[in-house]
Amino acid sequence: MRYTFASMATSAGESARFQFASDQALLVYFDQPKKKSRAKARPLQSQITLQAHERVRRLLRLLELEPIAGVRNLHPAYCSLLVKFDALKLWHDELEAILREYLGRLEEVSLPEPRQVEIPVCYGGEYGPDLSDVAAMHGMTPAQAVKLHTSTTYLVYFLGFVPGFAYLGQLPEALVTPRLATPRKRVPAGSVGIAGNQTGVYPFATPGGWRLLGRTPMAMFRTERDGLSLLSIGDRVRFTPISAGRFATLEKE
Amino acid sequence: MSVIQVQEPGLFTTVQDLGREGFGPMGVSPSGAADAISLRIGNRLVGNAEGAAGLEMTLLGGTFVFPEGALLALTGSDFGATLDGKPVELWNSFEARAGQALRLGPTRSGARCYLCVWGGIEVKLFLGSASTHILSRLGGHEGRPLRKGDVLKIGEANGSYRKRTVAARVLEQLPPRKVLRVTPGPQSDWFPEAAQKVFYDSTYRVTEEANRMGLRLEGTALPEGARGEMISEGVSLGAVQIAAGGLPIILFVEQQTTGGYPKIANVISADLSSLGQLRPRDEIRFELVDLATARASLIKQEKLLASEGLIV
Repeated sequence: MRYTFASMATSAGESARFQFASDQALLVYFDQPKKKSRAKARPLQSQITLQAHERVRRLLRLLELEPIAGVRNLHPAYCSLLVKFDALKLWHDELEAILREYLGRLEEVSLPEPRQVEIPVCYGGEYGPDLSDVAAMHGMTPAQAVKLHTSTTYLVYFLGFVPGFAYLGQLPEALVTPRLATPRKRVPAGSVGIAGNQTGVYPFATPGGWRLLGRTPMAMFRTERDGLSLLSIGDRVRFTPISAGRFATLEKE
Repeated sequence: MSVIQVQEPGLFTTVQDLGREGFGPMGVSPSGAADAISLRIGNRLVGNAEGAAGLEMTLLGGTFVFPEGALLALTGSDFGATLDGKPVELWNSFEARAGQALRLGPTRSGARCYLCVWGGIEVKLFLGSASTHILSRLGGHEGRPLRKGDVLKIGEANGSYRKRTVAARVLEQLPPRKVLRVTPGPQSDWFPEAAQKVFYDSTYRVTEEANRMGLRLEGTALPEGARGEMISEGVSLGAVQIAAGGLPIILFVEQQTTGGYPKIANVISADLSSLGQLRPRDEIRFELVDLATARASLIKQEKLLASEGLIV
């Protein structure tokens, strides 16, 4: 029994690699780490590079500017882009050939200036039930943990999981914390969490395993706004601490 | 303007069309009918475009009243429908006269039954689609499953009324199936031979945690996990990911758009509608096929759906 396709085996490109994902999807990887790395345990997202992110963004942008007939959806991530297509109109090898041509032109693509977005967060208490634990794990006070979390400008690597969920990096080294062993069944909308060296805001009440430091009154995803999602890939984000009183005021607006 | 009055909503009834593609960069999954083939045929039966919005009922159907009457069709699984007490057959168009009540009960076969109406169900579109996206409470009727007392608008009907039925000869060649054909997932070669063997030799049972986002399976856990360090990446519809406990989860229409679990396999496009008819406790198996088979199956299925002889 054969478990892989000889014809669809991964092929080396110019620092990009193609991988068959399904009969209607093709993955493009950039700077993919070596498989079978059984070295000492590292933080999960340790190999994510800014260079790979740039290339994902450029390819995404190029595909938005010059759409390929038959391509139905695009799912960017840290160092990959999943291209979903109409299998009745396009074949994997055809798509791969077109994408190789696009990859050769990535340098020509100009990316828009990153937007700067400020997200107010009420830290600790009922809004950030894991703040004390996280601080204690790193031998610091909750106030120091908040100071660290608000000290960095984060990059939106991509949006995924649910509508409007932005994967932000990188968390200051001193705050890197594994996710909860048992995910919560329900994380309230607006919760600001950390996992590994990532941080993010839950746009909707969903199950989730990230450790919660606080909550924002800002809507991360709503229908009555242009662009729908507060954040887009490539944006720069800063969190600013607010009081519970300010949270209540902003929530009403 | 004709309407549908929801007298009883059923267990979980939502407005669905064929979904919204193209919003992956915002983290929005397509949603859409769980058994797209049944919705498409239902629409054909009432003279609509294939992608018109209909009602998707789950396990237990509702009761609907048509104050102005309507031309209807039921497809998918048999929920024991009656119109003012008289049994109604699946895969046929039929007319509800003004004031008649269509009553559906618990399923007698698979998980989902579709109600299509001539003119389609009219809701405000969200990102170009009428589909309800439950998690984000967007699309469909107020972004949620139907409730008792809801009133749904029926869209403008074009053309003329004609009674239609689906050719039995064609129907028997269409899903659902319980042996799901898969192609290898992007991390399939991360799984050792012993794990692959368990995966393809096992019978898995669908758990209670089976919904539009995904289907969690139970059965024999894979003896060894994937070898490799996984970084979150985009996930394809029908991806079979292996979670920490060694058991599979199949990602479905309202799936998370990216994920960090390795994927051993992916259900082929031609078998995705079969997923929409799986109920908790159903037993399934996975059968590995190659890309040529996957593609040929999809082309064959689409030919059947497009054939003149489908609707008679």
